[in-house]
Amino acid sequence: MSDPIIQMKNIEKHFGSVIALAGVSVDVFAGECHCLLGDNGAGKSTFIKTMSGVHKPTAGEIIFEGQPMDFADPRDAIAAGIATVHQHLAMIPLMSVSRNFFMGNEPTKKVAGFNFFDHEHANTVTMQEMRAMGINLRGPDQAVGTLSGGERQTVAIARAVHFGAKVLILDEPTSALGVRQTANVLATIDRVRKQGIAVVFITHNVRHAMAVGDRFTVLNRGQTLGTAARGEITPEELQDMMAGGQEMATLEGSLGGTV
Amino acid sequence: MSDASPADERVKDISRFRKALIRPELGGMVGTVAVFTFFLLFAFDSGMFNAQGIMNWSVVSAQFVIIAVGACLLMIAGEFDLSVGSMIGFAGMMIAIFGVTLEWPMWSAIMITFVICITFGALNGYIVVRTGLPSFIVTLATLFILRGFTIFIPQTLERKTIIGGIRDVAEGDWLAPVFGGKILGGLFTWMGDAGIIGVFERGTREGQPVVDGIPMLIVWAFALIIFGHILLTRTRFGNWIFASGGDADAARNSGVPVNKVKILMFMFTACCATIFATCQVMEFGSAGADRGLLKEFEAIIAVVIGGALLTGGYGSVIGAALGALIFGVVQQGLFFAGVESSLFRVFLGVILLFAVILNTYIRRIITGER
Ligand SMILES: Nc1ncnc2c1ncn2[C@@H]1O[C@H](COP(=O)(O)OP(=O)(O)O)[C@@H](O)[C@H]1O
Ligand SMILES: [Mg+2]
Repeated sequence: MSDPIIQMKNIEKHFGSVIALAGVSVDVFAGECHCLLGDNGAGKSTFIKTMSGVHKPTAGEIIFEGQPMDFADPRDAIAAGIATVHQHLAMIPLMSVSRNFFMGNEPTKKVAGFNFFDHEHANTVTMQEMRAMGINLRGPDQAVGTLSGGERQTVAIARAVHFGAKVLILDEPTSALGVRQTANVLATIDRVRKQGIAVVFITHNVRHAMAVGDRFTVLNRGQTLGTAARGEITPEELQDMMAGGQEMATLEGSLGGTV
Repeated sequence: MSDASPADERVKDISRFRKALIRPELGGMVGTVAVFTFFLLFAFDSGMFNAQGIMNWSVVSAQFVIIAVGACLLMIAGEFDLSVGSMIGFAGMMIAIFGVTLEWPMWSAIMITFVICITFGALNGYIVVRTGLPSFIVTLATLFILRGFTIFIPQTLERKTIIGGIRDVAEGDWLAPVFGGKILGGLFTWMGDAGIIGVFERGTREGQPVVDGIPMLIVWAFALIIFGHILLTRTRFGNWIFASGGDADAARNSGVPVNKVKILMFMFTACCATIFATCQVMEFGSAGADRGLLKEFEAIIAVVIGGALLTGGYGSVIGAALGALIFGVVQQGLFFAGVESSLFRVFLGVILLFAVILNTYIRRIITGER
C-alpha cells in the first residue's frame, strides 16, 4: 500500500481537567474504510474533531498527504479535502436541501459586477446528486426537516463527495437509524470508498463496522489499543476491546452471550 | 438514472395551499389585504386615503420598515437587539451634540454618529459571540447604558435633555438632505396644479400642493427593503445568515463564518437605527433624550407578523416590511377613524400572539415535526 493520506500521531486533547484523548495514533489510506469503534464517551467525536479542524489538539501531530497540518478552523480542513458529517449537526432542518447542500460553498455568478448566489446551478446539481443517491425530492426547495434521518445522512455524504473530499469522516451515521436506512447508508459508504476516498466511519455497533470496514481501531477512555485489519480480528474481540475487556466478559457471561 | 424515476410513494404530495403556507411572507400579505379592506370599508371618508392621509401612514410605516429590516436580518441570523430604541435616542442626541453644541459641520456630525453607533452594534455582536450569552441579555444591558448616556450627556453639557436648532445648522449642508429632504417635488406641484391632489386654499402656502414631495425617510425604507431582500435571498452571505440562525454549530462545521455574520448583522441593525434617528432629527429639528422608546419591540413585532421565527433561521424581509406596513396603517387608521388610541395596543398584543402561533404551525409543516 502507498503512504497513508492522513496520519494522526499521539493526539492528545484536554478540556480543562478532563483528558478526552490521551495520545491516539491512527492512519488512514485512500480507498479504505477505517472504522473507529468505542463506547459512548470514549473520545471518538473529540478525536475526529481534531482531524476536521473543530478542535486544536493539545499535543500531537497531524500529517495530511505527507505535510504536517495545523488547521485553524473547519474551513481550512474542508479546503484541504477533509469533509466531516458530524453526529448531530450536519444539516439545518429549516433550510432547503439545495441551500444545505451548498452551505459554505455557495456557487455564485456575476450580474452587473456583483456576486449573486447561483440558485439555478445549485438546484440542478442538488437534484442530480440526490437522484444518483436514490433520493427523490419533491423539489430542490424541499426543507431538509422533511427528510428521514437516513436521507439526511445521505445528503450530507453526497455533499462531501461532490465537493471533492479526499477524506470523509462520518460520526455515527447509523446510530439513530432503522434497519433499511442503515443498510442504505452502509451501501453509500461502500460506494464512496470504491471511488478512492478514505472513509473514517465511527460507530459503536460492531456489526455495522464489520459490514463495510477494512481496518478497525478501538478507542477506550481516550486511548487506543492499536489497529487491526479485516480478518485479523473477530466481532467478539472488537466488542470486548470496546468495553475494556474484563468487565464485558463477565457481563456477557451473565447475559448468556446475547449482547 | 433517468429523469422519470418513480416518485417515492410515501412522500405525500403537499397541496398547493400548504405550499403557499410555507412562504414566510404569506401571513404579512393576508394581513395587509385584511387591514386595507377593513379601513377602506370603515374609514374611507375619514381622510385616510386622500394625499395627506396616505402620506401620513406611509411615513409612519416607513419608520417601522427601517428598523424592521435590521431586526429581521438579525432575527434570521438567530439574535435579537433590544437596544434599537435606545440607539435611536442616542444617535439623535449625538448628532445634536456634535452639530449644535460642538458646532461641527452637519455632515461630519452625521458621519461620526454613524461610526459611533455602528461601533456599539459591533460591540453588542462581539460580546454575544464571545461570551455565548443570549443576545437578549447583552442588548438589554446596552439598552440601559445607551439611554443613560443619552440623558447624561446633554444634561452635563447643556443642562437640558432636548437640543433644538438642528434645522438651522443643517441649512445648506450636503448630507443632511439625504435624510431630511424630499424628492419629486416638481411632480407633486404638477399634480397639485392638475388637480390630482389637493392644494392649500389659503394662508402663506396658498396654491401649493398639500403634499410637496416624498420624504427621504420613505426612500430609505424602500432602499433598505430592496437591499435586505436581495442580500438575504440572492447572495451567499444570505445563505450564511439563514445557516447561522438555523443552527450555528452546523453552519460553523460547514465552514460558515458564523461569528462574523452575527457581528455584521448587529452592526447593520445599529445602522438602521441610526438612519431612523437621523431622518427623525432632521424632520423635528431637535433631539430628545426620550426618543425611540419601545421601538425595539415594535421592530420585533413587525418582523414576527412578517413570518420570521423568533428562534431564527427563517423569515423574509418582504414579510417584515409588510408587518411594518400593517403596523403603520393600523396605528394611523385607528387615529383617522377616531378610535381610542389605547385600543391599538390591544390590537398589537392580539395580532402578535396570533402571528407567533401561526408561525409555530408553519414551522411544523416545513420541518415535518409533529
Ligand atoms: N467541549 C467539551 N468540553 C468538555 N468536555 C468535553 C467536550 N467534548 C467532549 N468532552 C468530553 O470528552 C469525552 C469524550 O467525548 P466524545 O468525544 O464526545 O465521546 P464519543 O464521541 O466517543 O461518545 C467525554 O467525557 C466528554 O464529556
Ligand atoms: Mg460522539
